[in-house]
Amino acid sequence: MNKLSIQADFDRRDFDWYLDKLMQVIVFLGGLSAIVFILGIFIFITKEGIAFIFDTMDPVEFFTSEYWYPADEDDPEYGILALIAGTASVTGLAMVVAIPFALGAAIYIGEFATGKTREFLKILVELLAAIPSVVWGFIGLSIMNPLIIKLFDVSVGLNVLNAGIILGLMAAPIMVSIAEDALKAVPDRYREAAEAMGATRWQVIYKTVLPAAKNGLLGAVLLGIGRAFGETMAVLMATGHSINLPTSIFDSVRALTATIAAELGETAVGSDHYNALFTIGIFLFAITFIINLSADLIVRGVRKG
Amino acid sequence: MNHIQNAATAHDEPVIQTRKLNLWYGDFQALYDINLNIRKGIITSLIGPSGCGKSTFLRSVNRINERLGYVRIEGSIDVMKQNVYAPEVELVQVRKQIGMVFQRPNPLPISIRDNVLFGHNLHNRDQKTSRSEQDDIMEAALRQVLLWDKVKDRLNHKGTSLSLEEQQKLCIARLIPVKPALLLMDEPCSALDPKGTEAVEELIWELRGDYSILIVTHNMAQARRASEECIFMLMGKVVEHTSTEQMFVTPKQQQTADYIEGRYG
Repeated sequence: MNKLSIQADFDRRDFDWYLDKLMQVIVFLGGLSAIVFILGIFIFITKEGIAFIFDTMDPVEFFTSEYWYPADEDDPEYGILALIAGTASVTGLAMVVAIPFALGAAIYIGEFATGKTREFLKILVELLAAIPSVVWGFIGLSIMNPLIIKLFDVSVGLNVLNAGIILGLMAAPIMVSIAEDALKAVPDRYREAAEAMGATRWQVIYKTVLPAAKNGLLGAVLLGIGRAFGETMAVLMATGHSINLPTSIFDSVRALTATIAAELGETAVGSDHYNALFTIGIFLFAITFIINLSADLIVRGVRKG
Repeated sequence: MNHIQNAATAHDEPVIQTRKLNLWYGDFQALYDINLNIRKGIITSLIGPSGCGKSTFLRSVNRINERLGYVRIEGSIDVMKQNVYAPEVELVQVRKQIGMVFQRPNPLPISIRDNVLFGHNLHNRDQKTSRSEQDDIMEAALRQVLLWDKVKDRLNHKGTSLSLEEQQKLCIARLIPVKPALLLMDEPCSALDPKGTEAVEELIWELRGDYSILIVTHNMAQARRASEECIFMLMGKVVEHTSTEQMFVTPKQQQTADYIEGRYG
């Protein structure tokens, strides 16, 4: 019997074939689960918050009143303006702190540091990102608080300044990572070209690398904002948690996230107060979704310009 | 042929003169005792098989090799009678006065206009040039590389949006406003198709006389067509340096003859 008499067997399905199909299904389910979970969370918080939106909520009051008195039995008031102001002021200050630090660190790690220094710094940045937020809150409470009181001669050290610095330090590591990725994605031949034209180190970075990486850098900043915006425990501990429209960085404020964390456990399930907290959750969800989506689109360079 | 001869004798002094140049990448020695006199005002081509050190030599003339960080050099490279490795030398000045064209066209991801003016604006920061002066400089440079008519209506487009041939011409154009004395070209046509190669070669030929040009090439026909003198390198050493004509007709060394005839490479 020679090779020429062998029958074709092209439709044979062996073990590898079945394993391949099985793995495809498993991986597909894994991918699908991300969508299922995000939709599930969205449906859950919408279900809990929707009753408040349609029954009790006065949208104008909700967004423009600075009075958040959900526990008042006779005349509860649900205004989140002060909470928005609290979150916005703390996030804003956090970015003022984090952007120069993060961009500086990313440029140093990406463009200047070499070899071991570079690896060491990258590990440190990752470690910084791994510090639990309650630890940051603790630092705000027990180190920054007395320090601010002493340095600025104010009565309370739990305020916008305290939380802004803490949040800035918390948001910086992820911004460093993403910004460094963006710098690394700039092809080396651009640097080489600029250097061969006689550009100094700084001119190479300023005129060539940063413009080429600007989408990624913007994305890094937006993700940092998203991180600061959604942070809960540290802001709960460092802001002072008092409802206030801040007029200076030494005012205590309360953040949207911290309000949910602090009050949800004390409300009756299904009460207006409970539902109102979920409405804040919907609001938070929507904002962070928009921030992350635009960061993603910008990083991918959908909006060029 | 006659005018080439004249041009050559008019510029007998060297633009690049190396003395006992040795170069190491880490532990690997890439160049051995290179002693060369490369003449001013002509096109000199550097040929040799891959890994023979021709690009390494080219890239050590403007010290762009040092970007790698693990390069060590002994000996000297005098460019216009000044050693570029002397301690008091400023890299920025070296690279301003020695222009370089790379193997892969590398325009910057900015507008065509900004690409042409990139070097000019870097090196003329003290005297402000007005926008119209800049426009003139840019137009002259683009005209010289025969690119003006193709890009004049889209000067705001990114340099990286051009075809490879146009990109390489743009990379040559951006050197012109800086007025370098010496142009280094590292296989400037290897990423281009035959038509692009022809166009860029023609352009290089046009630039002859205004600049001293040192061009690395893999392409023997190109070396023959486009250069007046030729250097053949092998395993980090210079084997032969003569007029192109002589090298391709009556090479002195057997190794040169073998390479030119395609027995290795």
